[in-house]
Amino acid sequence: MSPFFDYSGLDVTKSELIEMLARKQPHLALKDVELAVRCVVDHLSDTLASGDRIEIRGFGSFSLHHRSARLGRNPKTGDSVSLTEKHVPHFKPGKELRDMVDASREKFKIVD
Amino acid sequence: MALTKADIAEKLFEDLGLNKREAKEIVELFFDEIKKSLESGEQVKISGFGKFELRDKSGRPGRNPKTGEEIPITPRRVVTFRTGQKLKARVEAYAGTQ
Repeated sequence: MSPFFDYSGLDVTKSELIEMLARKQPHLALKDVELAVRCVVDHLSDTLASGDRIEIRGFGSFSLHHRSARLGRNPKTGDSVSLTEKHVPHFKPGKELRDMVDASREKFKIVD
Repeated sequence: MALTKADIAEKLFEDLGLNKREAKEIVELFFDEIKKSLESGEQVKISGFGKFELRDKSGRPGRNPKTGEEIPITPRRVVTFRTGQKLKARVEAYAGTQ
């Protein structure tokens, strides 16, 4: 047994998302919804990995931010390490998502 | 050109043979369910992709950057995205320019 409490079960996971979708699409087999969700997620990842943006109206947009090469440090030893330039994904929530999440602040505690 | 919901639906139609209406509905539902979970205080973790997290920010004094006028920023709840390891590694490898 891990001495740390496992919080992971409290987040909504991909498999729970699949179940929620399947309940709303009763004419589709669970297996097909699972394939569809995997296809959606893979397509999102592939798009970012090839340097393209994603824009989902009402939800938000994903883009890549550039990080220049820099000298970093190994936090354990203090040795300096040279880090090459790279890209990192960035998500900007859309207005609708921002507003609905902010409006729910008083109604629901953050589950974690 | 940025990827849109219509492009994702097209992909479902091409790769999985879902009909166009089903494909469109799945894509709408996918993002709607994530939104609804976040709206009810639940964070959403999509393994291999990333996690949509919620954070409560306390109020703080702010400023209109144009006029310099002081405007208090009210407490608010925001969504942040933490990229998963697998996606992070794939994107880091992207060497192109934008």
